[in-house]
Amino acid sequence: MSIPFQLRGSKPTRQGFGEGLVVLGERYDNVVVLGGDITGSVMTSLFKERFPDRFFSIGVAEQNATTIAAGLALSGKIPFFASYGAFCALRNADQLRISVCYNEVNVKIGGGHAGISVGPDGATHQVLEEIAYLRTLPHMTLLVPCDYLEAKKATIAMGEMVGPAYIRFGRAAIPFFTSDDTPFQIGKAQVFRDGTDVALIACGAMVWEALLAADKLSQRGIQARVINVSTIKPFDVETVVDAARECGAIVTAEEHQVHAGLGGAVAEVVAKNYPVPIEFVGVKDSFGGSGEPEELMEKFGLTWKEIYAAALVAIERRDRGFISYRMVKDVPRYDDVHANAHSAL
Amino acid sequence: MSAEFPVVFEMRTFDNRRRQPDEFAEIARMIRRDIIKSLVLAGSGHSGGPLGSADIFAVLYFGGYMRYNPQDWWTPRDRFVLSAGHMCPVLYATLANTGAFPKEELGTLRKYNSRLQGHPGRDMGLPGVETSTGSLGQGISIAVGMAMADKLLDRNGYRVFTLTGDGELQEGSVWEAAMAASNFKLDNFCWIIDNNDCQIDGRVHDVMSIYPLEDKCRAFGFDVVTVDGHNYHELCSAFDRFVTNSQQECGKPTAIIAKTLMGKGVSFMEDRYEWHGKPPTWEQARLALRELGEDIPEPVTV
Repeated sequence: MSIPFQLRGSKPTRQGFGEGLVVLGERYDNVVVLGGDITGSVMTSLFKERFPDRFFSIGVAEQNATTIAAGLALSGKIPFFASYGAFCALRNADQLRISVCYNEVNVKIGGGHAGISVGPDGATHQVLEEIAYLRTLPHMTLLVPCDYLEAKKATIAMGEMVGPAYIRFGRAAIPFFTSDDTPFQIGKAQVFRDGTDVALIACGAMVWEALLAADKLSQRGIQARVINVSTIKPFDVETVVDAARECGAIVTAEEHQVHAGLGGAVAEVVAKNYPVPIEFVGVKDSFGGSGEPEELMEKFGLTWKEIYAAALVAIERRDRGFISYRMVKDVPRYDDVHANAHSAL
Repeated sequence: MSAEFPVVFEMRTFDNRRRQPDEFAEIARMIRRDIIKSLVLAGSGHSGGPLGSADIFAVLYFGGYMRYNPQDWWTPRDRFVLSAGHMCPVLYATLANTGAFPKEELGTLRKYNSRLQGHPGRDMGLPGVETSTGSLGQGISIAVGMAMADKLLDRNGYRVFTLTGDGELQEGSVWEAAMAASNFKLDNFCWIIDNNDCQIDGRVHDVMSIYPLEDKCRAFGFDVVTVDGHNYHELCSAFDRFVTNSQQECGKPTAIIAKTLMGKGVSFMEDRYEWHGKPPTWEQARLALRELGEDIPEPVTV
């Protein structure tokens, strides 16, 4: 049974994070927030306005903020530190590894401006590698919500669990399609559409694109299952392996490098349990660049079209077996495949 | 040829109270002997820094400055964070001498499943190890976070101490932590710098100078005291000054720059950076213990 959804407008996931923090602040006196000088753009400013006594500005010092958070957690606080993912997942990578994860302390990180949809700020600020790093850290919980409301629920849930956790969110407004009734549970992927011809497994902004691709595929008689992996770690093995067994072909889609992110996580689990062909949609081993979010998503191949094309290829590989030697980052062009599924490669 | 000898950890422990400065010498000698014994049994580890800082630890833990309950460590207490995690043999020896855990456990240093990890690991749950450290420059920030929790939120009045090395100050994030300590007026925060001017590759001033150190700490907003790190009078008055700063809520963190000799107490290790990261051989351990007041009989040669 798939979970119902309905397009309800568009909002950025960072807003869900900011609002979720305020809810946590109301519920728990020991929730504190550390700012890294970009509190407006990662929306910790909402918490700052509401709870000024529990907000501490650390300045542009992500290594220090991360380790100060560890010290606060060791003193019974639930500290959140938010910045851009480029700086609060990678600049502070060693602090996350040792002081947060090895220490196994209750530190929560909000990583904003994730993915290519950051837009005009360009490559330096478009983090595309942090899922790969964070999911290898022992004790870490890694959340990638698919829309505004899920981001809010995920933020509250990470505040209420015990242990290190990271939430990835974006800058641009994206389709908002879950509701208060949509279930959210850390560690549980959601099936938003049933199907047994191919599984489209996505996270973040790519979940909506996967739903669009599934619509288009159904127009040619292909029923795609669409899965939202809102928790990358701990990984929902059961939902993904069931999809492999029941569909026999998989496409992963993420606003992240095609290597070692969601696609890597799916590939590991599928290879181990029930190997089936997988196609990977994501950024193809390159850095981003400036532009408007929509332009960039198109340029870097992060739309429903690439998911659609990849689905046809995955199905073809399932049905024909080995076809040719291809790199993980080789993704077929929509224009080449949509007319004739059998010319996909 | 280096002959092994049976290692015995003396069961004696010391209490934590205000003392006459001269009383610390005996405690420091005990800590140094325990360091040598645990290192020779481990067969690897850091000798120089732990021996060089033993006097600081003796005063801090047995002079009434750190307040703790060795029988039940995790009750309300002051905090100490060993930012220079590789110096843990001195921390373990000190904690054992408070009675926080059995002294024979010092013989498990760096061994499989030991609570005395090669660098402090919080996961092992050793009483007195507040946090994992070992990646330089992080412990001081953790300590700042602990000081913030009490000074800015809980107001229970606990003190937070951290000890960094001096080579460690080459890590830029140390200065981020220093900036934050004065920014938040953490007068409950005491930063001890073990300034022996030695690091693995040589003299600190040759590898990458951190000087002028006093000026730097002052510029970062600290009340700075420079002391001879082997002089108990000076160490006591430095810690007294910190306690006063803290009690009077002077609004400034305190930095104690302790000039020390790496390897202090063992003549052939003193002020030699080669001793940063290696343990004594059995023969060297025998000589070291003799200098520290414990005679190990010569091996019988046939």
